[in-house]
Amino acid sequence: MSAKIEAIRQIARRLLSEGKVDMVIGFRRGTLPMMNEPCFIRKAEEADRLVWDSHCGINLANYVTDRKERVAVVAKGCDSRNLVNHIIENKIKREKLVVIGVCCDGMLDKRLIASRSREEAGAEVDAVEDANGQVTVKAGALIWQAPREELLQDNCKRCRHRNPVLCDELVGEPVAEKTEDDYEDVKRIEAMSSDDKWAHFEEMLSTCIRCYACRNACPLCYCPTCFVDESRPQWVGKSQDPIDIRTFHFLRAYHCAGRCTDCGSCERACPVGIPVRQFTRKLNKDCEELYGWQAGLSLDQRPALDTYSPNDPNDFIR
Amino acid sequence: MKVIHIHKTEWQGGLDKARSGYGLYGPVRQGQDDPVFRPLGPGEFPEMSFKNTKMSPKELVHPQSEPLFRYTLDPQAPDHDILKEVQKDASPKALLAVRPCDADAFLLVRRNFDTPVYKDPYWVTAYESFTKIGLACNQACSATAFCTSAGSGPFSDAGVDVLLVDTGDAYLAKVITEKGGQFLGACGFSAPAADGEARIASLREKAEATIASFVHTDKLREQATIELYDAPFWEDVSFACINCGTCTYSCPTCWCFDIQDETRGKQGVRMRNWDSCMYPLFTLHGSGHNPRGTKLHRVRQRFMHKLKYYVDKYQDGIQCVGCGRCIRLCPVNIDIRNVCNMMNGYTACACAAS
Amino acid sequence: MPVPLRRKGGERVNNPYLPYPVRIDDIVVETEDKNLKTFTFVFLDPADEERFAYRSGQFAELSIPGKGEIPIGIASSPTEKGFVKFTVNKVGLVSSYLHNMKPGDIMGIRGPLGNSYPWDILKGKNVVIIGGGFAFTTLRSSIVYMLANRKDFGKITVIYGARTPGMLLYRDELMAWEQRDDIDMHITVDGTNDPNWKYNIGFVPTITEKKAPQADDDTYAIICGPPIMIKFTQPVLDKAGYAHDHIIMSLENRMKCGIGMCGRCNVGKDFVCKDGPVFTLAQLNTMPKEY
Repeated sequence: MSAKIEAIRQIARRLLSEGKVDMVIGFRRGTLPMMNEPCFIRKAEEADRLVWDSHCGINLANYVTDRKERVAVVAKGCDSRNLVNHIIENKIKREKLVVIGVCCDGMLDKRLIASRSREEAGAEVDAVEDANGQVTVKAGALIWQAPREELLQDNCKRCRHRNPVLCDELVGEPVAEKTEDDYEDVKRIEAMSSDDKWAHFEEMLSTCIRCYACRNACPLCYCPTCFVDESRPQWVGKSQDPIDIRTFHFLRAYHCAGRCTDCGSCERACPVGIPVRQFTRKLNKDCEELYGWQAGLSLDQRPALDTYSPNDPNDFIR
Repeated sequence: MKVIHIHKTEWQGGLDKARSGYGLYGPVRQGQDDPVFRPLGPGEFPEMSFKNTKMSPKELVHPQSEPLFRYTLDPQAPDHDILKEVQKDASPKALLAVRPCDADAFLLVRRNFDTPVYKDPYWVTAYESFTKIGLACNQACSATAFCTSAGSGPFSDAGVDVLLVDTGDAYLAKVITEKGGQFLGACGFSAPAADGEARIASLREKAEATIASFVHTDKLREQATIELYDAPFWEDVSFACINCGTCTYSCPTCWCFDIQDETRGKQGVRMRNWDSCMYPLFTLHGSGHNPRGTKLHRVRQRFMHKLKYYVDKYQDGIQCVGCGRCIRLCPVNIDIRNVCNMMNGYTACACAAS
Repeated sequence: MPVPLRRKGGERVNNPYLPYPVRIDDIVVETEDKNLKTFTFVFLDPADEERFAYRSGQFAELSIPGKGEIPIGIASSPTEKGFVKFTVNKVGLVSSYLHNMKPGDIMGIRGPLGNSYPWDILKGKNVVIIGGGFAFTTLRSSIVYMLANRKDFGKITVIYGARTPGMLLYRDELMAWEQRDDIDMHITVDGTNDPNWKYNIGFVPTITEKKAPQADDDTYAIICGPPIMIKFTQPVLDKAGYAHDHIIMSLENRMKCGIGMCGRCNVGKDFVCKDGPVFTLAQLNTMPKEY
């Protein structure tokens, strides 16, 4: 990991001192275990601030939207797909962007690690080390270990695009890619009866506090005025009425359909731990099955929901 | 002050006695997650060994969504288009096992809702209906707690009517107010504790020593407001922020709200909902002008409000109790301790030079 | 110190969020683009009018159940009895709905809110009123109040302008005041093709430069207008020697509760709805420019 950090710093230093970009967006060390803070640097001397480790799950493409400066951004596979999306959707010009692509072998799930520490040690996590495929967690008086595959974020476990799809600079060696996503998590819910599904989502959303962290952490959600904030007409109520909560989540998922790269930022950001990816995953599966489409893989293709082809499947129209 | 000794074996029995006179509220664990403050059903008891809740108990007094008035728009009704106040439940309630930081937070918020000129009848009625039975923290709830340097502390009793101190097999109940004494009386707890005050003092010292995180606030009052406002570090502080509002929702001293009318058919409700200065719409004028149109403005507003404007207005202490929730829950790890120390230590000329 | 919402005799619940029910008595279209209308309200309960006792410079929340509330400056003067008047610009959800309402419709008013112009300081002084566009509402209230209490004030100078003659508010009253000799009235428009226009033509800052009296300890200026007008009028007053604590301004900000509780209208440590909306320029200089 430290090799990646050094590589990122060197690239940032070079880009800034050669005047190729005005700003480099990356991470700096957080103040809590398992957290890093997105940051920017403008001077080559500041490059030593940048870090990289297995707690860089936040999607930095979120900080690139509508920027007018020339920006370099550190991007994992999923982030790079969002950058492709941004370019296709005119949120940033390709020539203003330098993608520092990082070959990623998955980010750790801080909630999973924290709850296991609480279970096994009754303590908060003090430190996490990730080396050679093993994660070592120090929590209170206890130290426990597990193979890193067990502790990856759910989206990282399923990821098929760990290597950046678009990059100007590459950090790290390309990693092996999974070739299939069995969508078993979506199929499990699809198999439920209507009533069971209703109860499932009702319970899942019961703790939602309408903070919109999921929306705000998502690079795709960049509407100047989100539909939940419109007042003329007012589409969605602002209280804790479960109908309004459901409306927000369902509609947001639909607005991301065909564009979501399953980066997991939404779930990471949610303060109450709602698995909101259940909605977007379903729509991702539908897009793949109906149109053979995965978002953000190529600058040259219009997204599935942007285009019409006469032989688009239409057997769901009755 | 009187200190009463309550054996843990008699705790639940005592609460049962009090149920006839008080609605009981307290933290209830749901599965593996942090407990949540809510009304206790018959036979339900509060969780007494927890660190702190994820969301503060402020929503018991200031619900996230609260109806203020009802109205009918039916032109046939004699009082159509006239708002009717929704009566609040003023029956006596007990807030059990509230941590001292959260109890102190209510006092900071009260200054906003209970002023010499205007009194918010909903908040004040709800707050005054509660007898607050605090539970002191024998050790820091988290590495992010900085209560002792934020005007509160693990054994702070300014905001409670009774402070319970867990001694292992018993609770020492320090009676702070008459209201607290009445509640203990309703439970039937009356045994005086031997050396109560001394034992509490010694546990307090031990507890305070476990708080490992601090902020510096000594220079905040003298800082020139406009200089802090114009400081160059705000861009760096606000960059990572995604304006999600989680900090404001989880913060026990945040109280901003929005007022909305919602009508179904001909009947409607004027309600208030939690709102957040983090949201772009918060300050949007009808004309389209937005004084806080950028993320930097909004992030700066939050920290200036908590750490400077409140100090300017009330001249004593920051609008923060150091519970650490915003630090733990922020999805991008913006840390109020760093910002507070930056603001406290800021000197305009020094920054200009660097 | 704002005039508090207090119940008298203890018969009403003291709830500062509860509006007084009113009936729309009259609606007058003020401007040629029809975006500004003056509403005259009558309290359903006459005792509420007493409770609503207000001073010029204050505002109220106009409350429409089902739609919401808007903070609007009170255009009538406390010396006008039996009704209250507000001039409302059609800008958003609530104001558009209000514009479509009819005389006889019921709604609510909450107030009076805010801190009014500093009448205790202005007593016995010369007052210069500078207004632009539709920010003139509380200034109308002030002028009517001063004229009804004429001996309490020294020289009264008014400079009021709008883009065109059709955009001026309260035209009949303006012209009547212009005829009086106990008030120095300067009406102006940015431009007009009307050959019969007999008043000034020129921007408010320009006319202010020509007509405003020189500053002294006993002369105060009250300015209310769009930010651009204020931006160019202030240097004129500076040049004429007006001290910043003798320049009085009224701020606008997005409001909901109007009573300093919902938190959104703060500028620094002050709430525009409760500690303002009236501030002197000297005060504003110490506050962050977030309004």
